[in-house]
Amino acid sequence: MVTAYRKERLDRGIKARSDDIFALSSWRECLYLLLPRVLPILALLAAPLVLSEYWTTVIVIAAVFAIVALSWDFIHAAGMISLGHGLFFGLGAYSSGALNYYFGINPIISIPAGAVIGGLISTGLLAGVLRLRGIYFGMVTFALSLIMVRIIEATHIFNGNEGLSGLTPFPNLYLKVYIALILVVVCLFGFRRLLGSDFGLVLRGIDQNDRSVMSAGINIYLFKVQALFIGATVAALAGAFMAHHTRIAGPSSFGLEYSIMPIAMTVVGGTGTLAGPVVGAFLLTPISEIMRAFGAWRIVFYSAIMAFFVVVVPEGIFHYLQRRYHQFERKVTVEAKK
Amino acid sequence: MKDNIIMKVEGLTKKYGAIAAVDDVSFELHEGELLGLIGPNGSGKTTLVNLISGFVKPDNGRVTFKGHDITGKPAYQIANMGIARTFQMVKPFYHLPAFKNLIVPLYSPRVRRLRGGKYGERDAVALDLLEEVGFERDSSIPYKIAGALPHGYLKRMELARCMALEPEIIIFDELFSGMSMSEVASTMPIIEKLIDEGKTMIVVEHRLKELFRIAHNVLVLNLGKRIAYGPPKEIMNSDAVKKAYLGSED
Repeated sequence: MVTAYRKERLDRGIKARSDDIFALSSWRECLYLLLPRVLPILALLAAPLVLSEYWTTVIVIAAVFAIVALSWDFIHAAGMISLGHGLFFGLGAYSSGALNYYFGINPIISIPAGAVIGGLISTGLLAGVLRLRGIYFGMVTFALSLIMVRIIEATHIFNGNEGLSGLTPFPNLYLKVYIALILVVVCLFGFRRLLGSDFGLVLRGIDQNDRSVMSAGINIYLFKVQALFIGATVAALAGAFMAHHTRIAGPSSFGLEYSIMPIAMTVVGGTGTLAGPVVGAFLLTPISEIMRAFGAWRIVFYSAIMAFFVVVVPEGIFHYLQRRYHQFERKVTVEAKK
Repeated sequence: MKDNIIMKVEGLTKKYGAIAAVDDVSFELHEGELLGLIGPNGSGKTTLVNLISGFVKPDNGRVTFKGHDITGKPAYQIANMGIARTFQMVKPFYHLPAFKNLIVPLYSPRVRRLRGGKYGERDAVALDLLEEVGFERDSSIPYKIAGALPHGYLKRMELARCMALEPEIIIFDELFSGMSMSEVASTMPIIEKLIDEGKTMIVVEHRLKELFRIAHNVLVLNLGKRIAYGPPKEIMNSDAVKKAYLGSED
């Protein structure tokens, strides 16, 4: 006889109890639910108070990427794979930038207005191809984000390659970082709520089985347009914010990094969780900054780290943490034959 | 079964290249009628269902529902008018809990118009509907992820999804296929209850014995053409039908 071991995963008892109304029965249960939500948020909000100015700026960038990644995960949950979030990002940056550059509108107005205008233009551009599914839809978004740069180059609109520079900056760093962090929290919990509502269930239904949704009497095109508008507006909001952070809206706003990085962050953090993209953004952005010390080797190490995460934690960091939190592992003996 | 005609299909035709999947098929459906739709494999039954429910656009012919022309309308509009269908291959939302699967039809414009219902109330309605098709309410089954349920439950969930629309016509595309005998036995009473309530139904089915027992009329297709139509007794003795199923000697 050979004695072998096998790992067994079990739900913690407290998980079963805290799924239900009994969660309110004791402090322990309440804390079990609240701590993983409240602690990270408090840590994020406290970070700018202790970190240097340089690292606080890194948090601003991470927050901007987190918002774009959240938008990517939301659109993905509704069955659309975007390979061109740079399109939404750039349109937001240019919309807000143009309002500020040509009409001198205050960023308080121009950022939200730019987000909505960017969202509307993006939805208008993609409305015709919403019937395409999966990677085919993705290719169109990718092509459009590349086309935009060339159009700006060729027609010299909005100062062509120079871009709209000298935009009104934020009054100070603290205001900037807290606006960014609050936007991340609002988007995260807003999207979670939306996807949990009946409207969100229909969106997830479209992703899982669109013919079934059609036979249930629902116009999937209408729902996809709404989801695209919401997602694109949020990505455009990040772009508009970034334009006033860097004080420039240029062709680089349509850059590949705004299309590819949000996908990498979402995959590393865990797709379909909404919290995953935020984890991914706040992990990968600082890593990218630390790597600057390696000079030309930066991209090599950075790519290797991303590959490492995908290979070691393919389910995504958030999925992994969630599982470890709710379950415990133990070894059980199995009696195997010789 | 009443006399008034609820749906009329005239000369419906769908060609894929040179092959006519459905070729000039006409029939009338009366209110409260249970129409059986049978035919050998590849005879165009599912295509006919897809044409009526709007998933495939016909090349020719007309479908009228309560006097309105619904030919070639999109599937969601036809469902909203009150024609619900099931799929031969179950199409649940595998990652959602069973009762959340029913929120989707309950959120359709038709049900919101008929039933109203705010956010949160739909969950209770969904649980009621699942109980009607035999999901034990007090168990954890309605709350389980659809992907974890046995096939028989998924088939019955399809049925509940149709009933959620409060339809005037239900089209069952091989509801019983892939079900075990005990699952068929537990689903039959639900169908019989729908018949008692006077629901109009089109039933595509391979289990002829069960079908002939409940159908008012049977439509037989072969190679896309209508080869027989009438009450089950006539169909059973029809030479054309025997030939289609068993083949002829010449």
